Formats: sequence, structure tokens, C-alpha cells
Amino acid sequence: MAANTEKPITLDTFLIGLWRENPVFVMLLGMCPVLAVTNSVVNALAMGLATTFVLLCSTALVALLRRHIPKEVRIASYIVIIATFVTVVDYLIHAISLEIYQALGAFIQLIVANCMILGRAEAFASRNRVSTTVVNSLGMGIGFTIALLCLGSVRELLGAGTLLGIPVFGEGFEPWIIMLLPPGGFFVLGAWLLLFAWVKERQLKQKTADAGEAGVHAR
Amino acid sequence: MHADSLTYIFLNAAIINNFVLALFLGICPLLGVSGKISTAFSMGLATAFVMLISSVSAWLINEFLLYFNLEFLRLIAYIAVIASAVQLVEMTIKKFSPPLYRALGIFLPLITTNCAILGVALFQTNYEYSFSQSLVYSLGAGAGFIIAIVLMAGLREKLELADVPAIARGAAMSLMLAGILSLAFMGFAGLGGSTA
Repeated sequence: MAANTEKPITLDTFLIGLWRENPVFVMLLGMCPVLAVTNSVVNALAMGLATTFVLLCSTALVALLRRHIPKEVRIASYIVIIATFVTVVDYLIHAISLEIYQALGAFIQLIVANCMILGRAEAFASRNRVSTTVVNSLGMGIGFTIALLCLGSVRELLGAGTLLGIPVFGEGFEPWIIMLLPPGGFFVLGAWLLLFAWVKERQLKQKTADAGEAGVHAR
Repeated sequence: MHADSLTYIFLNAAIINNFVLALFLGICPLLGVSGKISTAFSMGLATAFVMLISSVSAWLINEFLLYFNLEFLRLIAYIAVIASAVQLVEMTIKKFSPPLYRALGIFLPLITTNCAILGVALFQTNYEYSFSQSLVYSLGAGAGFIIAIVLMAGLREKLELADVPAIARGAAMSLMLAGILSLAFMGFAGLGGSTA
């Protein structure tokens, strides 16, 4: 039974997390850190990498142990595995850069409560081989990081007029402070979602128009 | 108001630094279960209850861990406590109100991964609150969560009747709404200095 659900590794295993099932823009998972720490590019990058590391390690371990974890206690086991790796990351960031550690604050530890990681462990890692899982998680992690960077760059650009701390617009620019504050996070993410919905609708219209034309010719 | 007074801690957690709209904790249920006011209110109550239980247990556990110098186990211990508390609430609701149990659906077990709850436990540890302070803090956070999710549900019920462009329906519109609510809550920011 379990063997049948295992998928082979394809390019799609990796790419699916980047765009088609992007955890943030499509699945709307793990929104809290997405909104909370993306007020600058550096924070967004650090958070994205930390989450990717936790996702990669914990899903790999879940995939490795998938035959040994009893079904009844699987969620609890996954959470303990995730919490272990988050503790590792927490101490790691503390050791590498105190500045980033203070900027991210409790949100590093809150990676535990990121529903994306538990979701991947349950939906993918518990049914697939370690190698497949690692490839898929890497794609998901990179997709998550890209989404964070999308938000972080827009918010830093508009809110402070800088990118990675380097001024972009020159002296005359009046920063939109609101973009760095909580409402800005909601607005920017909403705007990104609008943009993607618009692109998708255009593609769909194009497709139905093509199909309609083909249908006319067939008749 | 003194920064350590219980009134201040309550107001701070509930309104000034509202967990959902200012600290971005618990966004998933805010977007997921805010379709109807009644469901949103029940969800808010369940979450607030779990917050209270887990925050009190987390305080006790933290004292225990500090005594034995086991701080590195804090996160794992907290999340285990929260998971058990959620299980408890789930069984209670299933027993006493099956319709409510069905209405909340998948979002009930997902309270475990609601970062607002872990957030309360972690923040109170970071602030080094005493027992009564952390109790009030978790009550305030729960009240704040209920306020935010019910307001959001009210707005979305009204929005059902409005003519929204097709591409903006769903998540994008909810996020814009949350942004406007969050703007409104920023008006409270002057009440006692931010301590995020």
C-alpha cells in the first residue's frame, strides 16, 4: 500500500514548490512569519533560510522514520521532530548574528507553529522516499524564501527607500512608514495576491479564447 | 499606567499590541474561519481557552525547566502541552456540541499550529512575567484574538453583499480588510508605548 503512493523524482517534484503549489502565494500556508518579519530584505532572507533548513531536515527525518512512526501519534511525533530542529536553528542564529536574532525575536521559535512544515510532513514526507522528499522540500523552501523576498523587498523599498540597506531613491524620497508597520504587511501581500490572480485570469481567458476558436473551426 | 500593572498588561495584549493585527500571530484562522460571526466567535473562544490553559501550564513548566537548567527543552515542552490542551478542547466540543465541531472542522486540530498560542507562551517567558501577570496576559491575548476574528467576520458578512471584482474575491480581499482593521488598531498605539 505504502509503496504505491511513492512518487519518482522528476523535475516537477522540485519545481512544484516554486510556483504551482507555492506555499505562500497559492496554498496560503505559514502566513504569520511571512507578514511579521518581512519589513526588510535581510530579515526576510534570514527567516526564509531558517525555515528552509527546518523544513528540509524535519521532512527528511520524517521520511526516514515513516515506517516506524505509529499512525495514531504521528502528528505529535512530527511536532517533536520539528521542534528539535527549530531549537537547533534558534541556537545557530544566536551564535552567527546577534543582530538578526534580535530582529527576528520570538519568530524563530515560532517556526514550530508554521503550518507549512507540518503540512509537508503529513502530506508528502510520510508517503515518500527520503530522496524524493528532500528534493520536494528544497523546492518548497526556496518557494517560501522567494515569497518572503517578494514581500520584504517591496516593503523595504517603499517603507525605507532602501534595498539591503542601500538607499535607492536618493534624498528627495519620502518613505512610506506605513509599509514597515503591520498594515503594510497585509496590504503588500494582498497586492501580490491580486497581481497573481490577475495574471492567472488573463491566462485562463487566453486559453478559453483559443479553445473557443478551435471549437469554431471544428464545427 | 504603570507598565507592570495588571490592567496595563491586559489592555496591551488585547488592544494596543493585538496579537492578530499588530503582531501577526494566528493569521491562518483569521483568514480561514472568519466567514460567519457565530463560527468566528466559537473559534475565538476555543482558542482563548487553549491559550489560557497552555499559558498557565507553560509558566509552571518554565519554572521546572529553569530549576533543572533544561532551557533547551522549553520549545518542545511547550508545544507538547499545547497539543494536549487542543486535544482536550476538541474532545469537549465534540461531546457537547457536534454541530459546532463540524463547523470548525479542520481548524480545530490546527489550533495546535496556531502561532498565537505558542506566541503567548513564549512572550510571557521572554518578559519574565509572574504567575498572575502571565494569567492576565493570556486572558488579554485571548480577548484580543476574539475581538479581531469577530470584527473580521462582521466585515466579511457585509462584504458578501458587495460587488467585488472577481480577481479580488477570497484571500486578497480578506488581506486588504485585515490591513484596514490593522490600521484602525494602530490608533490605540499611543495608549502606552509599544512593547512588541
